[in-house]
Amino acid sequence: MKILAIAEQRDGSLRGVSREIVSAAAGIAIGHEGEVDVLLVGGEGVEGLASGLNGSGAARVLVASHEALAEYHPDGYARVLKGVVESGGYDAVFLPATSQGKDLAPRLAALLDVPLAQDITGISVVDGALELVRPVYAGKAFTRISVDAAPVLATLRPNVFQPQDWNAEVDVESVEISEDPASWPTRVVSFEATGGDIPDVAEAGIVVSGGRGLKDPENWKVLEDLRSALGASAGLGASRAVVDAGWRPHGEQVGQTGKTVAPKLYFAIGISGAIQHLAGMRTAGTIVAVNRDADAPIFKVADYGIVGDLFEVVPRLTEEIKTLKGEG
Amino acid sequence: MNIIVCVKRVPDTETRIRVGGDGTSIDPSGVKYVLSPYDEFAVEAALRLKEARGEGEVTVVSLGDDASQETLRTALAMGADRAVLLQGEVTPDGLATARGLAAEIGESDPPLVLLGVKAADDDGQQVGPMLATLLGRPCATAVSSFEVTDESVVCRSEVEGGTRVLELPLPAVVTITKGEYEPRYASLKGIMAAKRKPLEKKEAQTGPSRLRVKAVELPPERTAGRIVGEGPDAVPELVRLLREEANAL
Ligand SMILES: Cc1cc2nc3c(=O)[nH]c(=O)nc-3n(C[C@H](O)[C@H](O)[C@H](O)COP(=O)(O)OP(=O)(O)OC[C@H]3O[C@@H](n4cnc5c(N)ncnc54)[C@H](O)[C@@H]3O)c2cc1C
Ligand SMILES: Nc1ncnc2c1ncn2[C@@H]1O[C@H](COP(=O)(O)O)[C@@H](O)[C@H]1O
Repeated sequence: MKILAIAEQRDGSLRGVSREIVSAAAGIAIGHEGEVDVLLVGGEGVEGLASGLNGSGAARVLVASHEALAEYHPDGYARVLKGVVESGGYDAVFLPATSQGKDLAPRLAALLDVPLAQDITGISVVDGALELVRPVYAGKAFTRISVDAAPVLATLRPNVFQPQDWNAEVDVESVEISEDPASWPTRVVSFEATGGDIPDVAEAGIVVSGGRGLKDPENWKVLEDLRSALGASAGLGASRAVVDAGWRPHGEQVGQTGKTVAPKLYFAIGISGAIQHLAGMRTAGTIVAVNRDADAPIFKVADYGIVGDLFEVVPRLTEEIKTLKGEG
Repeated sequence: MNIIVCVKRVPDTETRIRVGGDGTSIDPSGVKYVLSPYDEFAVEAALRLKEARGEGEVTVVSLGDDASQETLRTALAMGADRAVLLQGEVTPDGLATARGLAAEIGESDPPLVLLGVKAADDDGQQVGPMLATLLGRPCATAVSSFEVTDESVVCRSEVEGGTRVLELPLPAVVTITKGEYEPRYASLKGIMAAKRKPLEKKEAQTGPSRLRVKAVELPPERTAGRIVGEGPDAVPELVRLLREEANAL
């Protein structure tokens, strides 16, 4: 089985999810006489990132570099991908289920005339064919699907597949780009970076989420302190109630009309646990809830709960974690 | 400016999902259906654009069975001008749906087509950019606000790490996420008026679905939590459990 994994890079570094999807692809390919190519698209010099894929399980990294591809360009990326996929004879193509991957994959699907499965959380081979698991109803159920077309095209949810270390170097080859950027109708006007180094809630390994129990946007400092004590992989999330109130940006909303997240550790602080919120975070590895109402539905899904006033509990938690990490 | 908004009928987000008897679908009994939440944002965005420009027509299109008429009437009650029901089977294969929509939309070729970023049932997250690609039009996805001029639409999307701004020449396709377009409630007058607005029915030209659902399953119930304790005194024990039992710190 020959699989193409599309790596994602931003600001000169490879996104962590790239290694996850390459490893997922390699896990399938290895057992089924296959191999994995990675496609890395970006601006001039992007080939420098290829070594970051050593040991990920890929045999080759194909590099498509062009100054017009330095920033994500939907039309340009879709066309370059189409060319690489068509010339490679792949059985499957995997992209990360990031904003970029989920924007790009449907365009590629339509260009290749194959169906698409977005946001996959499981892959296996059943009777020689790929079987994919995808959450539906925002995680309230999941479906096992098969695809009657080739290549099988899917995006893979971040934080779900384990990155591996296989200890083999990749070969790097460059891809000829015959595209004329003048023929791409979309104009990328700007990209305004926000939030410094804090990872996005959908990508973070640990998420600290706050709800209406915080009472006031000023109080977010309490959560920010906890987040920074937890380290660089921790991000911030929010319930819809506080997003609707304008306390937090919509990009942080977790749930049915926000992001679906699967971090290793999720803190629900002052969040009641409405069904639409649970839908977005119930696949987290470990869930911790802090709520002063012992009957709050969040405690039904939390692995660990503390009943109490968050303004007393969370600062103490932050202190304990700082001590643990040897900074206290 | 004429605008088409694609809307889908989906189970209400409050719904508790149960697996149907065939094991490959959900049990529809007792499920309340609604206009998909992101599609409500898209309808709202279209209505605001029409109001701001003082001209144009908003057409809502849904692909589905006869029950989707109800969904279309909801959008008409919000203020859309007319509706088209494309009668056909809704499958998880978004490309089949996009083909059906493209056949209809390609004919009238409006300058702007709006969709939801994802439908709240299958969470497919694909029909918009597929439709755009089939029609050969530019597309921006997960847009939280946009501005239209006579030649182009400028779209803002929140993505990991920041906000991306794209300018698309018209005609274009835009998928809407939550942002500026908090949907209005239909007024009583709107609901009455909706009954008389035109709703046309056509046969949908979708292809066959090439995504096969082998099973629908419910996620394993999370074993109900353990209350570690009350108040800040429970914190050391929580930290110990997170380290030693959950291996999460
Ligand atoms: C179509 C639709 C889509 C939706 N999508 C989403 C979604 O994507 N995401 C989402 O989150 N919601 C969503 N909702 C909203 C959802 O139904 C709830 O209204 C929302 O999640 C509630 O937010 P909350 O838990 O912050 O607030 P509340 O329900 O008000 O809960 C606040 C909690 O804080 C606790 N608390 C208060 N003070 C303290 C204190 N000092 N210390 C400790 N605890 C305290 C309270 O006991 C309470 O449990 C959606 C709703 C609809 C209808
Ligand atoms: N059956 C349908 N009829 C009309 N519009 C649809 C249909 N299915 C999807 N859409 C539109 O496409 C968007 C994205 O759907 P999806 O890609 O299935 O998540 C929805 O929010 C709708 O705007």
